[in-house]
Amino acid sequence: MSADSDMRSAVGSVPPGLDFPPVDLVSAPPLAEATVALVTTAALARPGEPWKDQTHDYRLFDREAEGLIMAHNSTNLDRSGFALDRNVAFPIDRLVEMEAEGLIGKVAPRHASFIGSTFELSTFLFDTGPRLAAELRNDGVDVVLLTPV
Amino acid sequence: MCTRTVSTLARALEASGIATVALLANRTAAELVGPPRGLYCEFPLGRPLGRPMDLPFQRSVLDAAFKLLSRTDGPLIEDFGVTISDEVDDPVSCPIPPRLDPNQPAAIAEARALRSAHDRGVERIGTSQVGRVVGADGIPEAIRAFVRVVEGEAWSDVEYVGGDPTTLLMDIRAYYEEAALGLEEGVPAARATETWYYQKTSMGLLARRYLDAVKDVDPPFPGTFYVVPASQTAERLF
Repeated sequence: MSADSDMRSAVGSVPPGLDFPPVDLVSAPPLAEATVALVTTAALARPGEPWKDQTHDYRLFDREAEGLIMAHNSTNLDRSGFALDRNVAFPIDRLVEMEAEGLIGKVAPRHASFIGSTFELSTFLFDTGPRLAAELRNDGVDVVLLTPV
Repeated sequence: MCTRTVSTLARALEASGIATVALLANRTAAELVGPPRGLYCEFPLGRPLGRPMDLPFQRSVLDAAFKLLSRTDGPLIEDFGVTISDEVDDPVSCPIPPRLDPNQPAAIAEARALRSAHDRGVERIGTSQVGRVVGADGIPEAIRAFVRVVEGEAWSDVEYVGGDPTTLLMDIRAYYEEAALGLEEGVPAARATETWYYQKTSMGLLARRYLDAVKDVDPPFPGTFYVVPASQTAERLF
C-alpha cells in the first residue's frame, strides 16, 4: 500500500477555509527573457535555524546558498531524496543549467521558502504572499516556479 | 498540506503581477484552491520533481511546467502523466551494527556504532541534513531523553536538546537516513530508508515506543503526528 496515497486521501479534501477571489493570469514573458525564482514549501533552513510549526513567514536564500536543510516538520514525506539531491524539491541547479543554455533569461538572485504544514491560508494570500511578491519584483522576478513537498 | 500552500501562494504572486506555475502533489487539494497554473505530478511526497539524481527526468518536469506559462486561461491543472509510487513496504537492506556496549541503551549504542556509516553517507552526498538543533556529534546523547520517557518519566519532565522533541527527532531520523545512504549504493526508492529506520533499527523502535508513551497523557503532547509517520504506526493516526 502506498503511504503517499493514504496521505493524499487523508488531507486532500480538507476545506481551504476561505473563498478565493477570482485571479487574472499574468501574461508571462518568453522564458528566455524571464527572471525566474523558486518558491518552495520545503521549510529550507540553514543549520541551527529550525522552523516553528504553523508559521506563515518566509525565508529568502541567495541563489548560491549551499548546505540548506529541508527542515519541514512533517514526518509524512520522503527525506532521502532531498538528502541525495536538493533539486528533487528545490531545482536551483536545473534552473542555473537552463540559464547557461539560454533557455531561461536569468535565475533570480534570491529564492524563497515557506513551511507548508499550515492550515490557515488567508495569511499567505493577503499578507506574506504579497510581501514576498514585492521583494521578488524588486529583484526583477517575473516568473515563479512553486514546489511543494 | 503543502499543495494547498503553494496553490494559495501562487494566487498571491499572480495577483501581484508575477506569472506563476506550481507543481502539485495532491490533485484534490489543488482543485479546492485553484492555482493559476498547476502541473499535477503524482510522485512521492517530498520528491516533487520525481527522481533524485536524474537530470533528464527533472528537466522533463520543468519543461512541462514552464510550457504552461503560455496559458492565461487559468486557474488550470494539467497532469504530468507519469506516476511514481513510494515503496514504504520495501525497506533498504542496510546491516545494523552489533551491540558492542550492553551497558548503554540499545538506541544510543546503535547510533554510536552507525557514526562511520553516517559520515560515509555525508561524504557521498556532500552535505548533511542533520543540524536543526543538534549536529552528528550530539546525536547519541540526545537520544537519552527519549529513553527516559520510554522507561517511565513524563515527556514534559525531560529536557530535550534544542527544547522541542519533534524537531530533535527529525535530526535523529536524518542522521540514520544518512547512515543508510552510506551503507546503500544507488538511489533508494522513496520511503525505503524511512521504513528501515522505523522498522529495523533500535532507534526506530524507540521512537515508536515514545509515541505510545506520549499519547493520551496530561499535559498533552504537542503534535503526536510529528513523532512517527502515519505509515509506520500499527494504529493509523489519520
